[in-house]
Amino acid sequence: MEINRKSRLQLGLVAVAAVLLVKLFYIQIVNDKYKRDASNNSMVYNYIYPPRGVIYDRNGEILVGNEVCYDISVTPRDVTPFDTLALSSALGVEPEFIRERMAYYRQYRTRIGWQTLSFLKHIPQENYIRFAEEAYRFPGFKAEVRSVRQYPFNAGGNLLGYISEVDADYIQNHPEYRSGDYVGKTGLEAAMEEQLRGVKGYHIYLRDSRNRVQSPYLDGADDKEAEPGKDVVSTIDAHLQQYGQRLMEGKVGSVVAIEPSTGEILAMVSSPGIDVDVLSDIGKHYAEIAKNPRKPMFNRTVMASYPPGSVFKLINGLIGLQEGVLKPSDSYPCNHGFPYGGNHRLGCHGHASPLSLLSAIATSCNGYFCYVFRNILDNKRYATTAEAFDVWREHVLSFGFGRKLGSDFPSELGGNIPTSAFYDKVYGKGRWRFQTVISLSIGQGEIGATPLQIANLAATMANRGYYYIPHIVKDSEGIEIDPKYKERQYTMVDTAHFHTAVKGMYMAVNGGGTAGGTAFSARIPGLDVCGKTGTAQNPHGKDNSVFICFAPMDNPKIAVAAYVENAGFGATWALPVASLMLEKYLKGEISPERQYLEDRLMTTRFF
Amino acid sequence: MISPDGMPGSFDRGLGKTVDWWLVGTYLLLVLIGWINIYASIHSTEPASIFDWTARSGKQAIWILTAFALDVLILFIINPRLWEVLSPYGYVAVFFLLVLVIFVSKDVKGSHSWFELGPVKFQPAEISKITTSLLLAMVMSKPTFRLSNRKHLLTVAAIIGLPMLAILGESETGSALVYVGFIFVLYREGLSGWWLFLVGMAILLFILTLVTKWWVSVAVLFTVCAGYFIQVLRQSRREERVRRRKALSRSLLAFAAGVVVVLATGFVFNQVLQDHQRKRIEVLLGLKEDPAGVGYNVRQSMIAIGSGGLFGKGYLHGTQTTYGFVPEQSTDFIFCTVGEEWGFLGCLAVIALYVFLIWRIIEDADRSREAFTRIYGYCLAACLFMHLFINIGMTIGLMPVIGIPLPLLSYGGSSLWAFSVMLFIFIALDRQEKKYF
Repeated sequence: MEINRKSRLQLGLVAVAAVLLVKLFYIQIVNDKYKRDASNNSMVYNYIYPPRGVIYDRNGEILVGNEVCYDISVTPRDVTPFDTLALSSALGVEPEFIRERMAYYRQYRTRIGWQTLSFLKHIPQENYIRFAEEAYRFPGFKAEVRSVRQYPFNAGGNLLGYISEVDADYIQNHPEYRSGDYVGKTGLEAAMEEQLRGVKGYHIYLRDSRNRVQSPYLDGADDKEAEPGKDVVSTIDAHLQQYGQRLMEGKVGSVVAIEPSTGEILAMVSSPGIDVDVLSDIGKHYAEIAKNPRKPMFNRTVMASYPPGSVFKLINGLIGLQEGVLKPSDSYPCNHGFPYGGNHRLGCHGHASPLSLLSAIATSCNGYFCYVFRNILDNKRYATTAEAFDVWREHVLSFGFGRKLGSDFPSELGGNIPTSAFYDKVYGKGRWRFQTVISLSIGQGEIGATPLQIANLAATMANRGYYYIPHIVKDSEGIEIDPKYKERQYTMVDTAHFHTAVKGMYMAVNGGGTAGGTAFSARIPGLDVCGKTGTAQNPHGKDNSVFICFAPMDNPKIAVAAYVENAGFGATWALPVASLMLEKYLKGEISPERQYLEDRLMTTRFF
Repeated sequence: MISPDGMPGSFDRGLGKTVDWWLVGTYLLLVLIGWINIYASIHSTEPASIFDWTARSGKQAIWILTAFALDVLILFIINPRLWEVLSPYGYVAVFFLLVLVIFVSKDVKGSHSWFELGPVKFQPAEISKITTSLLLAMVMSKPTFRLSNRKHLLTVAAIIGLPMLAILGESETGSALVYVGFIFVLYREGLSGWWLFLVGMAILLFILTLVTKWWVSVAVLFTVCAGYFIQVLRQSRREERVRRRKALSRSLLAFAAGVVVVLATGFVFNQVLQDHQRKRIEVLLGLKEDPAGVGYNVRQSMIAIGSGGLFGKGYLHGTQTTYGFVPEQSTDFIFCTVGEEWGFLGCLAVIALYVFLIWRIIEDADRSREAFTRIYGYCLAACLFMHLFINIGMTIGLMPVIGIPLPLLSYGGSSLWAFSVMLFIFIALDRQEKKYF
């Protein structure tokens, strides 16, 4: 028994040794994966970073360019004792900094091994030159030339977006990136990442067991040259964009300008926004940006969902005409509002009564559009309110509301247009009527629209019934935009009806007919401006101020929508912003008699 | 032979016959192999002399020479009887140090196991293997000692368990794991083979539960238990009621214990183990890929060994080890240098030397007439075996990354001294016996 146990233990010993040897035999002789990995370990890839593409505005101005900068890297194992003071004065840093870094490398030398680490980033050119002259005195240190983004204009911080170094998570999902690469994180930089980034090149060298680079691998046959990133031409007008930002300074909201005949976005201002000098060094400012309660990173133009307010009356009017429940000549009385459901009344301001469609648009009469919306929902053609409501919704969606427009700008949201099913859920099937959803008549209630969608409405009005999907990148050499941006997107409303509505918009600005227009101050002599004001109730505070306009009336060149949060009447704040943008773009300057509008905007700040 | 006539007092046979020179020779060979491989592992940009006292190879040379002095001291000067007498005091003193070090040591990569006295650093956990073995041998060699006696068994469990817990407290999981090896000594001394089987099953269930679903483990467990019971039923005759009943209760008990292990696995894995340990096990079992982080060491180590091929790249010509891809290459990962520069044949030779060493220790121990020598010898063999298996297993991806040295090869004074002393105490005990019989 005892002998038996001794032998068993000895047998176990031999068996375990055999297991070790079998595994060794497998990895050393059978499987040659490890030999391959070993040779990978001894090939050095020297990467060559291509310059990132330049972003131009529509007139050839550079919005985002490149600037050369210099980084210092270090391979601690190659460092021999050197003159700390000489290096510190060459690089322009404190000697203490260098001593600390070297102490750190010494402490973690086994973990660092032969790796090359980043020592100092973005040193000035004069220091680079001084370092380059004396580099032989500092073995192990190496200067690398890289490029950083540079912005000649303070225009479109949010729109352009920023780039930053990829992190481990990103590399996990995007294996083509390596640590140290930069990638566009937001805005155009993100949307056009593939074109802008170019293709990295590399030279492969062999190194011996002492990490000395011996020779180019296969005489450079497998080397690859870097391909520079492609330039991107944006549809933005840099000067207009900059002007919009200045007008919106100190105000919360958005301005979007579109060229109706192409759908090209001329300006896209989200305020408060990000200054371009913050963009180039976003890491340093990140905490401060994240803390700002007004969220400068939040791109309101495509992400905020606001009730559109009275500008939405245009759509309801057009749908009424299309569905045959409204004729331009129909007159309805409005005595300070629309009475409904017992003692309720949807209020309205003072104006002539009764009035016709044109005057109702020009004066933005609430009462009139309650009648219009009632006619749409109580249409005898449809069996139930719900059915009529869904027809209405389909019309609204054809204007680009309640869904993503599909622009080429990243992180676009779709706003919200409720469905009949939504109201069925809230009130019960068949238990809601026109009176229940009366706020939709005037663009309030459960509707949410992005400023881009509202601007698109202005462009659709300008085109009398169709739009091009708003986009921000133009065709240019090497970059072809999606053909969908060149197709007309028709609404479900006939062009003929648009002429009526546009006439109403003209009257709102230029007067005429029986009633007083709401947008007189948008009038610009020589430009037939058409516009529509809006004042959207805001559950969180003062009303939001809205204005859409386009000009000239015939063959329009620009359509603008402005949305200013918590600013009161549309005519007071949003109107001058949009109308000044329009004038600036079409005339190049502001006429003296309208200068007061600009002064008022530039001197008023809400925060 | 002083007295050819065979008078009492003349039995003292010469050095040539009493000292097991095979053990000494194997020991010297391993230490030498360790030394030249330490030199190879640090041999990088500026090759210094192997005797450069500031480099690791030079320092190791000093450790080796002092270890030889200790060996001579133990073999020829210290009376081997002393070990048995001193064992309780040594055990208590070292246990005190094991606990003390938790509170006074600096944090070295999360573990608190090093005493630092000026330039000298040492790890009491290394000496603790010796004192534990000595006390174990002392207690178990008493004529009245019976493993079947529950009280005695508990005493033995305490002797092994106390230092193990203290070392766990130092976060030196690897060193604590070595103590599991003492179960082989108990097995040799009559502990039921069932215990070995149960421990093995518990480890298997733990791994199985981690890599598959819990019910797979339970199914395997059930099959094994039921298989055992059916086997006993078939082998026994109808009349052997007691044997059958015993088998039934055994398999039911084993099944219940197994289910507890399966249920406890998730808890132990997620709550008891530390983050880095969990990751190492996950990498080993292939549950997670982490080539840059935890998996880095193992990957680089396997690349180094795997690239060695049959004959190796030749001494000082390894690209992976000398180039510094493998971390800890002169201490815990010294085997990489062997694997890369000497190839499969080198690995075979080194493993064969270890197997020979352990085999011969077992032979000598088992032949001994003194229970103390026998039990101590088995303890020594068990410790060497655990270190060998865990360390080499780790470098080739058979074991999770557990930082324990390869005996006699790895760089480091503590470890080399401890194993030298431990081995030469055995050689001295063995010699003492041969002197008179």
